[in-house]
Amino acid sequence: MLNKKHVVLLASAGAITLSGMANVQADTLEETRSRGAVQCGVSDGLPGFSAPDDSGEWQGLDVDVCRAVAAAVLGDANAVNYVSLNAVERFTALQSGEIDVLSRNTTWTTTRDTTLGLNFTGVTFYDGIGFMINRDLGISGADELDGAAICIQSGTTTELNVADYFRANDMAFDPIVFDTSEQTVGGFQAGRCDVLTSDTSQLAALRIQLDDPDSAMILPEIISKEPLGPVVRQGDDNWLNIVKWSLFAMLNAEEYGITSENVDDMMDSENPDVARILGQDGNYGEGMGLEADWAYNIVSQVGNYGESFERNVGMDSPLQIERGVNALWNQGGFHYAPPIR
Amino acid sequence: MIHNRTMIDPRPAPRNTLGPVAWLRTHLFNGPINTLFTLIGLYVLYLLVVPTVQWAFIDADWVGTTRDDCSREGACWVFINARFTQFIYGLYPRSEIWRANIVFAGFFTLIAWLAIPRLPFKRWVAAFALLVFPVIAFVLLYGGYFDLPRVPTHRWGGLMLTLLLATVGMVGALPIGIVLALGRRSNMPIVKSFSVVFIEFWRGVPLITVLFMASVMLPLFLPTGITVDRLVRALIGITLFQSAYMAEVIRGGLQAIPKGQEEAAAALGMTYWKRMGLIVMPQALKMMIPGIVNTFISLFKDTTLVMIIGLFDLLGIVQAALSDSRWLGFSLEGYVFAAFMFWIFCFSMSRYSQYLERRLNTGHKR
Repeated sequence: MLNKKHVVLLASAGAITLSGMANVQADTLEETRSRGAVQCGVSDGLPGFSAPDDSGEWQGLDVDVCRAVAAAVLGDANAVNYVSLNAVERFTALQSGEIDVLSRNTTWTTTRDTTLGLNFTGVTFYDGIGFMINRDLGISGADELDGAAICIQSGTTTELNVADYFRANDMAFDPIVFDTSEQTVGGFQAGRCDVLTSDTSQLAALRIQLDDPDSAMILPEIISKEPLGPVVRQGDDNWLNIVKWSLFAMLNAEEYGITSENVDDMMDSENPDVARILGQDGNYGEGMGLEADWAYNIVSQVGNYGESFERNVGMDSPLQIERGVNALWNQGGFHYAPPIR
Repeated sequence: MIHNRTMIDPRPAPRNTLGPVAWLRTHLFNGPINTLFTLIGLYVLYLLVVPTVQWAFIDADWVGTTRDDCSREGACWVFINARFTQFIYGLYPRSEIWRANIVFAGFFTLIAWLAIPRLPFKRWVAAFALLVFPVIAFVLLYGGYFDLPRVPTHRWGGLMLTLLLATVGMVGALPIGIVLALGRRSNMPIVKSFSVVFIEFWRGVPLITVLFMASVMLPLFLPTGITVDRLVRALIGITLFQSAYMAEVIRGGLQAIPKGQEEAAAALGMTYWKRMGLIVMPQALKMMIPGIVNTFISLFKDTTLVMIIGLFDLLGIVQAALSDSRWLGFSLEGYVFAAFMFWIFCFSMSRYSQYLERRLNTGHKR
């Protein structure tokens, strides 16, 4: 069994293994091409963001980011291997090279951006904590919630943020804490509380689970900042650029009215911005090692940001989330993509 | 004078000692207290059964393809129907499902062949099931040979994955467990201490920790770029974990065989392996059946823990389906379905073990 010689061997094997970690592979683009697919980390099921549909294909806003990257890099939006990850292992999977992109409703914070060896590439969804109330209450804003009984899921940052908000606004509230989201909905439905609070992206999904979804409404206020975005490993700036500009291409396409339906007609457009996006005037993919039609592939196969939003979480989906702050900058929202030129 | 002796026809037993009425009287309405409890019991049953049947059958919706086909008064089995393929095969590509079907068919045929005593060639079938079938199953499921397209393991899921994890865990854990149990009873100090350390280490950590270590820590220790498939990681973790439990169950059985048996065999000049294989193990394994099956059933249910490392076993795929925004709010139906599937498999294992015990009963039964 284990003798000294073996121990020495094992130890040196371990040392080699550890030293191997320093060798972070630098060329994710090349690896992706030789593999023929993008390895994309998604959530193990989050309504509207990533979930398998009836035929077993992944659908959602986060999933569309993976598809956009695959369309830009490989010309085929379906060339994605989805790896479902839970909240704990998502960063490990990225650090260890198991996935190329993490697109899993991950909030962009200083700690995550600076201490994990990762880089955030942009914001796909401006999330934040919101409130859902029973319409019968006749309340129109969060400032009228003084003294309300609030259903909260325990163990989430929501609990702390709500307490902060009420303290800051000098209001009182009565927290009613549940373990799972289903119980929270049940408590709200049974009238145990006046208000249900959660991230706005989740509120819509919780609302559908009510027996009568129309009896509840979501207040317009958002009381915390939760910008969700894709994440890549540090040390491969070109790959960072590719993921970043795949999202920017979707936003720019929406800004200039290019959709998956009219993209072929737009190829002849006189508008210089449109021509640049679609690669008709110069090759803006060259700097990233991509073909000139990289953005064309994204828009034709995945659609622009607005299409993806409406299809997955917006008005064309059961979730019915308003664009709100997730509209483009020139329509009152936060999404502002640098120009492609 | 001849007495004409005619026998009186046998009369039926008094009516109050026969039939359902008598049974009710002796078992359910035997005195005021029992009557009271019977009535309370019936009332509780009424409260439970009527709404359940109402929900699951009478008000339920069975046909359709979307959530609009559900009235939401009772259960919406449309959801299960629409997702059934996914619950069985996970995200396995629809066009390749025939491969999984062949494996399923082979798997159940082999199990049935080995389980039904009448069928011949048990040895050959067992050898085929243990040595050849795993290779065939792997080639079919994973592909990459004979022009079969490769299906990466992250697309495997559902009942298929649950059965795979449980079967590999069981088949792997039993021999390792036997070796460990014999090792722990051995007189050789190194073998013994290795077995003890191994068993106590794996029994000392929860399975969920093992899976987390395998999925979160292991990749960090491996060189970047080298990734071990997460299904393989889970399989190794589950097998090692279960083998430690199996070893202790088997050791319990071994302790029950009197030492005289082994000494007698040694006196006849048998070697260690002959003593174990011919004298001790056949007696011990028979006694261990309840313990072994217990471990198997708990392993079968423990496989649901792979959900936390992002593998979609039966329960995991049900939960993933529940988060499809087109099917939000049908969690009860999903969980009832998952529970029913698990019950079918666990109950069959339990019944088979009872049958096996009766069949192998040679005077130990009390």
